[in-house]
Amino acid sequence: MLEAIQSALSFLPDGLVTLLIILLKIFALLLPLLGAVAYLTLAERKVIGYIQVRIGPNRVGPRGLLQPIADAVKLMFKETILPTNANLFLFILGPILTIGPAMAAWAVVPFDDGMVIADIDASLLYILAMTSLGVYGVIIAGWASNSKYAFLGAMRSAAQIVSYEIAMGFALVGVLLAAGSLNLGEIVTAQQGSVIQWFMWPLLPLFLIYFIAGLAETNRAPFDVAEGESEIVAGFHVEYSAMAFSVFFLAEYANIILISLLTAAMFMGGWLSPFEGILPESMLTEGALGLLLGSGIHWLLLKTAFFMFLFLWIRATYPRYRYDQIMRLGWKVFIPITIVWLMVVAAMVVGNVGPWFD
Amino acid sequence: MNTISNYIKSLFLIELMKGLILTGRYLFKRKITVQYPEEKTPMSPRFRGLHAQRRYANGEERCIACKLCEAVCPALAITIEMEEREDGSRRTTRYDIDLTKCIFCGFCEESCPVDAIVETRHFEYYGDVREDLYMTKEKLLAHGDKFEKQIAADRAADAKYR
Repeated sequence: MLEAIQSALSFLPDGLVTLLIILLKIFALLLPLLGAVAYLTLAERKVIGYIQVRIGPNRVGPRGLLQPIADAVKLMFKETILPTNANLFLFILGPILTIGPAMAAWAVVPFDDGMVIADIDASLLYILAMTSLGVYGVIIAGWASNSKYAFLGAMRSAAQIVSYEIAMGFALVGVLLAAGSLNLGEIVTAQQGSVIQWFMWPLLPLFLIYFIAGLAETNRAPFDVAEGESEIVAGFHVEYSAMAFSVFFLAEYANIILISLLTAAMFMGGWLSPFEGILPESMLTEGALGLLLGSGIHWLLLKTAFFMFLFLWIRATYPRYRYDQIMRLGWKVFIPITIVWLMVVAAMVVGNVGPWFD
Repeated sequence: MNTISNYIKSLFLIELMKGLILTGRYLFKRKITVQYPEEKTPMSPRFRGLHAQRRYANGEERCIACKLCEAVCPALAITIEMEEREDGSRRTTRYDIDLTKCIFCGFCEESCPVDAIVETRHFEYYGDVREDLYMTKEKLLAHGDKFEKQIAADRAADAKYR
């Protein structure tokens, strides 16, 4: 399809064609992503409602399906209040710095074999860098608001994200040790074979730690002290309203989806079908059944949806961590476990321990 | 031993899993939401909603201006003024209830010797301006006339407990 577009645009100068195609790819990724973000908010309210024996929003549209659109329209027509004593430049820069990296990180995410905007060899590093940049948005927003609650929220959030970044990074080191590559696509293909080959088995502790650190990185319950409604009203974004406020939430939910997708890609075989190595090869490649059971983007989306559901489920289950407990968990539990397991993984790789590394 | 087992329990997330399973079970429970405007919960005949003044069957208003309700009202929401009528009976010239003060405790109804002031089942009302929530004698009587059947039935249903 890309070639067809390329030849249709061949009357334009070469550079322009490349630019247009890149823009097209970005839109093809970002529009569904924003839609998914909008509907994740609805899914969150529905799932939490169901767990609390309620039915959740059901008034706007059939079964409440138009609720995100109503919310978006409401937020767009509200007034963005700029506090008098806020530093306006930083105040506006905050949400931009939060959403920018959250969206940019998606450039290297592979959805299927070769289905990726930028197939770079350091994609894991790139993702780590982009997700870490998000913390600047939070800190700047909290500082620029010139409010003590926002400031406290920003401080907590910064300390928390920086602490969990380490455990998360170590978990990723385990993955790249096991896969022998920093390229996300190659990490997925390294898990080819069968369900047993998925990295979640040899890297089980890292898998759990990565997911839990992901909860902390995205400031989600039970690690949402940065928001802490009951203590510091809403944390770093108390002073934000309307679209500036919703931009923080767009970024938060985009990050949730990203973490879910990365967990699925790095530990659960990404787009690889779970029936690989169980059903005969012919069933996975031939006909309509092959399309359904064989490897493909739908498996990745399914696995991502599972982890997204886990995010919501966890939020509905656990109370918020106390701040010192968060620090204890990050520094005294996760980091030692990841370091020990890194050595185990390294030993397994060197010793060619089967069935993963032979 | 206990410490070790606690360590293992927390390290393998056993209690956290138990919590997840519990909330997971609630995910499939029957939902208890009452979809309000369409569905309503049952209401007791003793429900204390909007006030009303009642009349006797011959059309004579019940209130004799004894001011017991005014005296008992903990929120000082009731204001009564009275005068002797031409026929020599004791009647109110003013009977106001300020609904913005009223706490719907039902003491006025309890204290009334002639069942004149009552609280009805009617609770879905609103006011655009504050005056709308200031019930005068006329408004109270009109409300009583409109729902007299319901009010009488509720009093009858509750009579054996009084």
